[in-house]
Amino acid sequence: MNNSQQLNFVPASEFKQRASVAVADAHLRKSFRGAMDFLISKRAGQFPNPEALERQRSLAEHIRKYSLARLPELLEQLEHKLTDNGVQVHWAEDGEEACAIIVGIAQRHSTKLMVKGKSMVSEEVELNHAMAAAGIDALESDMGEYIVQLDGEKPSHIIMPAIHKTKEQIARLFADKVPGAGYTESVDELIGIGRAVLREKFMNAEVGLSGVNFAVAETGTLCLVENEGNGRMCTTVPDVHIAITGIEKVVEKLEHVPPLFGLLTRSATGQAITTYFNMISGPRKPGEKDGPGEMHLVLVDNGRTQAYGDEQLRSTLQCIRCGACMNHCPVYTRIGGHAYGTTYPGPIGEIISPHMLGLNATHVLPTASSLCGACGEVCPVRIPIPELLVRLREEAQHDARPGHAALRGQGAAKSRLVDAIWSGWAALYTRPALYRAFGWLATRFRALTPPMQGGWTVSRTPMKPAARTLHELMAARKKR
Amino acid sequence: MDAAGPRHYPDKPAKVYLFGTCLIDMFCPEAGMDALRLLEREGIEVLFPADQTCCGQPAHSSGFPEQARAVALAQLQLFPEAWPVIVPSGSCAGTMRHHYPEMFADDPRLRAQANALAERVFELSEFLVHVAKVSLADQGVPARVALHTSCAARREMGTHEHGRALLAQLGAVEVVMHEHESECCGFGGTFSLKHPAISSAMAGDKVDALKETGAETFLSADCGCMLSLNHTLQKRRDGFQGQHLATFLWQRTSGEGGRQ
Repeated sequence: MNNSQQLNFVPASEFKQRASVAVADAHLRKSFRGAMDFLISKRAGQFPNPEALERQRSLAEHIRKYSLARLPELLEQLEHKLTDNGVQVHWAEDGEEACAIIVGIAQRHSTKLMVKGKSMVSEEVELNHAMAAAGIDALESDMGEYIVQLDGEKPSHIIMPAIHKTKEQIARLFADKVPGAGYTESVDELIGIGRAVLREKFMNAEVGLSGVNFAVAETGTLCLVENEGNGRMCTTVPDVHIAITGIEKVVEKLEHVPPLFGLLTRSATGQAITTYFNMISGPRKPGEKDGPGEMHLVLVDNGRTQAYGDEQLRSTLQCIRCGACMNHCPVYTRIGGHAYGTTYPGPIGEIISPHMLGLNATHVLPTASSLCGACGEVCPVRIPIPELLVRLREEAQHDARPGHAALRGQGAAKSRLVDAIWSGWAALYTRPALYRAFGWLATRFRALTPPMQGGWTVSRTPMKPAARTLHELMAARKKR
Repeated sequence: MDAAGPRHYPDKPAKVYLFGTCLIDMFCPEAGMDALRLLEREGIEVLFPADQTCCGQPAHSSGFPEQARAVALAQLQLFPEAWPVIVPSGSCAGTMRHHYPEMFADDPRLRAQANALAERVFELSEFLVHVAKVSLADQGVPARVALHTSCAARREMGTHEHGRALLAQLGAVEVVMHEHESECCGFGGTFSLKHPAISSAMAGDKVDALKETGAETFLSADCGCMLSLNHTLQKRRDGFQGQHLATFLWQRTSGEGGRQ
């Protein structure tokens, strides 16, 4: 398996370039629009009663806020409980540490093949790359993930990784890359081809890896939400199961899971429930016939404590990774997931990537939003995404506020010119007489309006002042 | 977005303030004048404080809260009487109603002032429907129009419903829905300057959707969206153009239908 292609974060200038290329790609535009429309309508079908939805969102928001408020003690409780259950718990400060832990476990078991269930955290820490460097095959077993891996790509959506690909592209890919596969555009046959490959790999893999949707502290239960059954295969067939997740996924009680689960699947794919819901509480016990002999959980920080440390930014960690914000985002719909260059695209990516990668690398992302508010409106746990985007814009352009810790890459977008523009703007708009004089001049000399007005005139004619300002018209009316 | 639930509306007042907004002031003053005419026709006296400039939203959403606050503070003092403040733009009204209280959160006196102002800020069409309770008599020829509501207006002020309610009173006007009606037009203030490729793609899709309805014009209660879409259409050399809702309502009901 070729895991060599790395789509790491992209610098600011490259985001704009990628976005420009993406919006000019009629095929990509059409396929994302179609897919997002489908998901939007599926979700809407699950929430016929707006008041009921708001009640569910309030409950989910409270559960997530409550869990985060008690995060340190819940993580400790989770560790104790899992340890009691026979699970080995590891802590990783960053992606490198997480990879080293997982490679280490795999090497101790002389692993040649690891099968992976869908895990965005494993994408975030670049696990496949680390495994390849250690000479271990890491095979994605979620069908969408399998497809993008086969093509040397990364997911373009956190729930539907191959959403950018057409049936025809997948048919060609399978015919080219899967030994013995013929060309077929039948979706059933294509899935059959993939499943046949994977079925054999499940049997031969020494290690299975999975993500975690909810980690329950009081019982030490890892919940895994999936549709294909590959998650169950990865967590039960190989003799070693490694789960990897972010530290924010913990909840206190089992009873906190159903409200979140119900909103997750409805918001993500418009399903009332997924085909599989796995609750994993430990390795195979003596006398039991099924399950791995050894089980690990890797808890990854990777910048999350930075968000955690700030009262407002903490709400970023409420996310349950449903992807509804990207499905409803007019920007994501037009540029697709790859243009962002980060593991998490769309609105959630714009607010979480700065903590993972620093503002130096990501400061352009929070600006890639018209602040339309569609994301915040559909977020099942009510993350105020637009407000967080504004906050990150501010942090990128200023030193840390007094009494606040500096974020990684704080002030990365600081510019004397931009500062001067806004200070000049404020000077004008706080001086009414000067402002009226400016309006008088701008209207009298409207013929001199610049024909090129930066980004505005790329696809628009220039803005031109009216013949008289409203201020003047109002003043004239008074005199009459 | 009002956490407090449905808004309680006062009785029709004798006097109101008009906050014209910076975009209307410079680029579409007729929309401001038409707002004035609609209000005066209801027997309401309209005061236009001459020291008003901008609500502060551009700096606020660009990550310059200090500058936004300074400009907002300059507006905060302009409406001393307890009269309603009418804003012919949903996003500016949204800023004054929802963001002013946050901007002044650290100063109890200003916060109280901002809260009091927020309580009496109304987007124009909201005020016409719920406070002035207008009843409009259509005098125009049959027309087919589409309505684009700005995102802030929709999500912070519920303007899409107020606009529809007003248009429904016009007997000869058919309002048609367009594809992805609730989707952003790509303006987004400084977003249109910072990310022109994405913004243009969004604006292009929006004008296509509006035109596909077969409407003769589109209406918007926000000057920003309207200008962005009109200038996009002009660049395409397309004669299809939008109007501010206030202008359309005045023209249809005043016998001044021919005025442009």
